[in-house]
Amino acid sequence: MNLREAIVHGKATGDFSACVAQIAYLQFMGISMEVVAGELLGHMAYSERIVGNARADALHGGTLGALMEATAVFTVLAQEAPVIKVPKTIGITVDYLRSAGRRDTWARALFTRQGRRVASVRILCWQQDRDKPVAAANAHFLLSPMS
Amino acid sequence: MSADSAQVAPELVPVVRRYMNDVPHNRALGLRVVDFARDFFTVELPYDPRLVGNPETGVLHGGVITAAMDSASGGAVLVALDRPQRIVTLDLRIDYLRAATPHEAVVCRASCYKAGYHVAFTRAVAYHDDPAAPIATASGTFVIFRTPPPTAAGGPDGSEGAAT
Repeated sequence: MNLREAIVHGKATGDFSACVAQIAYLQFMGISMEVVAGELLGHMAYSERIVGNARADALHGGTLGALMEATAVFTVLAQEAPVIKVPKTIGITVDYLRSAGRRDTWARALFTRQGRRVASVRILCWQQDRDKPVAAANAHFLLSPMS
Repeated sequence: MSADSAQVAPELVPVVRRYMNDVPHNRALGLRVVDFARDFFTVELPYDPRLVGNPETGVLHGGVITAAMDSASGGAVLVALDRPQRIVTLDLRIDYLRAATPHEAVVCRASCYKAGYHVAFTRAVAYHDDPAAPIATASGTFVIFRTPPPTAAGGPDGSEGAAT
């Protein structure tokens, strides 16, 4: 299955694991996409290599940004509109809200605006308690429908 | 390292030199400090196939650039301080101007243009060879957790080292 086929498969089934498996960086980071109770969630497994401050037991802020960007990309791909090319990130603004500890991290993306050329996405990122997010982000993506 | 560190507070120089090695994620990415002075901080990210975001083009994942920008910006705050303090990122905005060229190292050069008592403000640019042809630009804010300087009698050591 090439990347395009994996994207088509993911759109049809909601299961993007074949797609994630082809992206070296997501493997390196321990990032996967999981459907939990009908929601597409990004999941980043804890590993030593994502730590930013070993003394404070805090994850590196950049890894939270990466998880949120990846979750947003797959949320854009999963939508019903015919987006089958990986959307290009125009920009992302990350707010760091709480220290993220040495444990698994989750993210969920929601569209704030879906246009034909640009999608605006809001992303939340949490660890044990979804009501206490560790980070939030806004991202814009350039879409290439049907191309 | 061709660091012109003359202007950087002497206490900070060893902290900055250890910055990459002391931060596990920076080490995992292979980030290295290229140059710094009181008013800038430059890191280099070698190209690594493990960091590719698009298997068809070999282009690095945006998340790698985000992490490198965060580390470079945090470094720029550290070198602007008078002594080591714990800092954390409050927010970071990244604009992706063009895709990074596969198989080429990415350089991130950051500067802290205002270091207040509690908050520092940074900007950064990522490029291959020419800062005038940027791959991405970033602006960030950092919270500085200032602790009183250690007393001559050997008070609490305020040095928390580098945080991101």
